[in-house]
Amino acid sequence: MIRAWHAFVRWRLIVALAVLAGACSTGTVVLLPEKDGHDTALLVKQGDQELLLNRPYAAAKQTPFGPQGYRSSPEEVDTVFGAALAAQPMRPTQFTFYFIEGRDEFTDASKQIVDGVFAEIARRPVPDVLVIGHTDAVGTDQINDALSRQRAETVRVALIAHGIAPENITAIGRGKRDPVVPTADGVAEPRNRRVEIVVR
Amino acid sequence: MSILPALLPRMLSATLALGLVTPAVAVEIGQIKVLKGQVTVERNARMLPGSVGMRLETSDILRTGTDGSVGVTMSDDSLLSAGPNSILALERYEFDAVTSQGRFDATLKKGSLAVISGRIAKQAPDAMTVRTPAAILGVRGTEFAVTASD
Repeated sequence: MIRAWHAFVRWRLIVALAVLAGACSTGTVVLLPEKDGHDTALLVKQGDQELLLNRPYAAAKQTPFGPQGYRSSPEEVDTVFGAALAAQPMRPTQFTFYFIEGRDEFTDASKQIVDGVFAEIARRPVPDVLVIGHTDAVGTDQINDALSRQRAETVRVALIAHGIAPENITAIGRGKRDPVVPTADGVAEPRNRRVEIVVR
Repeated sequence: MSILPALLPRMLSATLALGLVTPAVAVEIGQIKVLKGQVTVERNARMLPGSVGMRLETSDILRTGTDGSVGVTMSDDSLLSAGPNSILALERYEFDAVTSQGRFDATLKKGSLAVISGRIAKQAPDAMTVRTPAAILGVRGTEFAVTASD
């Protein structure tokens, strides 16, 4: 009985220490400015306390009493995160090709973009390429999924033929799920018939 | 000029070549793009030396030495980079490229981490979280940096 009581007390103590250790964990989080000025936000949760960061350099320290908001600065970010930021990979660069309606041939203007894609690939030490096909809203999902996939395949094969290693290219078709110009179903819209090439 | 007739023979050979290469053993979720100093990747309890170009898998744990840093691009275009003396676990990663739906949970056990969130966080708020021993960060987009110590 006494032994069981001791075991219980010891267990309580271990839990208390673990909770204390958890409470003593520290850290800082800083919301960074967006390169393109888009809205940005981060929800910081500590236990049942929450703090929303939604402005550049809005920051929170994790304290035993919960997240404490403060305003960071470019200087602090450079000091604390300089090494991590220096290791940030190059941002993905996106190119868009347009297609002739219902077919998988490029428009003339699009052929010039190929050079840009290859220049971007050459800038990166280990490039990989994502090819994303899209359609407009004419036709069923089934037809558009197949057509968008086929468009992406055409581009993927062209890039492989130009010397990109097959294992570094992925082609997918998103059908009519992601139009540049939203339209009602069944509307022909050339700007939505496209393939995006993401070099990363 | 239509590119198709010119490319057709190459298309066929490339397609055939790909047919032979296809069987992938594990799902690749990202790739090491930048690396400095000592970096190791723990995978299935094995320690692998990190290298530029290395493909990453779910549950990989990246560790950087005192002189180390590592930058990773995920398949949803998220960019994660860790500074020296960091431990970063890619605990959960699911991404359907066709629908853009997914789930990404990473944990910074210690050190420093800079993040630019990608398509997963863009599709649904809080579909991406970064945990530290002290806090859970719900990512609503897109750029932030976090430290952790235990």
